[in-house]
Amino acid sequence: MEYKQTRQGYADALIELGKKNEKVLVLDADVAKATLTEQFEAVFPDRFFNCGVQEQNMLSAAAGLALEGFIPFASTFGVFATCRAGDQMRSSIAYPKLNVKIGVTHCGITTGGDGASHQSNEDIGMARTLPNMTVIVPGDYEESRLATHAAAKMHGPVYLRFGRDKYPVVPEIHGGFEIGKAKLIKEGSDITIITTGIMVSEGLQAADLLEKKGYSTRVLHMPTIKPLDESAIIKAAKETKGIVTAEEHSILAGLGEAVAAVVSENHPCPVHRVGVMDTFGESGQSQELMDLYGLRAKDIVEKAIKILE
Amino acid sequence: MLNLKKHEFLKNKAREVRKEIVSMVHRANSGHVGGSLGAADILTALYYHVMQHDPKKPEWEERDRFILSKGHCTPVIYAVLADCGYFPKVDLLEFRRPGSHLQGHPYQPKTPGIDACTGTLGIGISTGVGMALGAKLKKQDQYYYILCGDGEIQEGQVWEAAMFANKYKLDNVIGFVDRNYLQTDGYSEKVMPLDPLVPKWESFGWKVFEIDGHDFEVIIDTIEKAKKEDKPVMIIANTTKGKGVSFMEGKAEWHGKPPAEDDFERAMQELG
Repeated sequence: MEYKQTRQGYADALIELGKKNEKVLVLDADVAKATLTEQFEAVFPDRFFNCGVQEQNMLSAAAGLALEGFIPFASTFGVFATCRAGDQMRSSIAYPKLNVKIGVTHCGITTGGDGASHQSNEDIGMARTLPNMTVIVPGDYEESRLATHAAAKMHGPVYLRFGRDKYPVVPEIHGGFEIGKAKLIKEGSDITIITTGIMVSEGLQAADLLEKKGYSTRVLHMPTIKPLDESAIIKAAKETKGIVTAEEHSILAGLGEAVAAVVSENHPCPVHRVGVMDTFGESGQSQELMDLYGLRAKDIVEKAIKILE
Repeated sequence: MLNLKKHEFLKNKAREVRKEIVSMVHRANSGHVGGSLGAADILTALYYHVMQHDPKKPEWEERDRFILSKGHCTPVIYAVLADCGYFPKVDLLEFRRPGSHLQGHPYQPKTPGIDACTGTLGIGISTGVGMALGAKLKKQDQYYYILCGDGEIQEGQVWEAAMFANKYKLDNVIGFVDRNYLQTDGYSEKVMPLDPLVPKWESFGWKVFEIDGHDFEVIIDTIEKAKKEDKPVMIIANTTKGKGVSFMEGKAEWHGKPPAEDDFERAMQELG
């Protein structure tokens, strides 16, 4: 299996966008080496603005640049954009619905060695509860690249979530990206697995394991958390016996709860959530943390079996 | 030098603006009267003399901008914008009412003439310096006037914006600190000391002037001087909270308290 960084997809797309549209600007808050926006800076030094360690000012200043007609991509780590600068995301960007793109990296437990202070497991919840905010969690390098292009194309605030690590390349999710549309990447009639972000590869592996046990398993990948593709969810609720959601994020306020709400209001069926429990992470290698915090195919299978048996 | 006629014109405008402020907050039974009265002379000088703007073209790209970073003082900006003709004066009757475009704090997408959303303190100056950078990138040469409250600059974000404006040499930014020494919980130097303000801003790379924020001649002269600087400028404008209404002057309690019927009538009488 090939592995690539999702943040590299973001960085590559920024340069592609920069070449096409001189209104595209990139801001960073002293983590350009980590978000990889330094690659944009190398090509477009006059359209790159390092704000230093000040995420709050960066997001409000990005709002100011959007008011002047630019398309600013403000980049930092997920935990700093949402927790440190949550007010600025809300009041400066979401409320006036400005055309600011917030591109964040180092999200989820796979941030690894930096530990809980840097592992953003709550940011999807914070972003998706803001009115006007579009929230996108791509699954691999290519989808990250495509999602960044799609974000630039739409007018309005977008929260783009990437990780730190290299993640499996998943050809099933390539070929296009439409904001708000789920990708049906495997048909099935017994159970549905709904994935977001890098959990897509675990979801596909889980489906294989379930098929071996004789369960026809559908895999629905949802890179857009908001607006949510409700009809794809309702269809899955109607056509299969239950749903297991999988996200590299807290089980609170993320994909799982969003799906559960749609299902319970439209076509109730069992929904079980795979994700980080209501707890902070810790330091470790990303892969061992995936094991420790229950974010593996086997964890998805376990929940599915619970529903099926 | 302002000629006598212009001076009288501005004085009269400020008086009308103050009456509108008191009426608006009284009618809504909600809003921030003290800080609005205190900033009335600065906004009058800006909108009726200094700024290049056109109420018929609120989206004119090269207009000067005004950002009310102390966003709670909407009564003063709404009174001025309505009088200038950005929207009908009758809209002021709906201040803070459901369905009105005149929200408690400025909402740029809906109110003509409002240049940025503010309300949570500190975001206005940051948005303003971002806009000013945008103007530089577009090689436009208008000015960005930003009014901060003195309590507001206790927010760390204000100093982030100060560093940013210095780094990008934003000589198109002219800020004001509305220095009335009063904030919601009382005397600013007791709540969280701010003095000395001049060296604070100077050390962040800004040119600083300290003036009487109620003297039109001085306000306008200082802005002319500020335009000649090659760095961002902060004008520390010493003001009196509640200015123009004797029983509100210098009283922290009038920060966010609407005037009741008898207070309203006394205030209107004093303002003439």
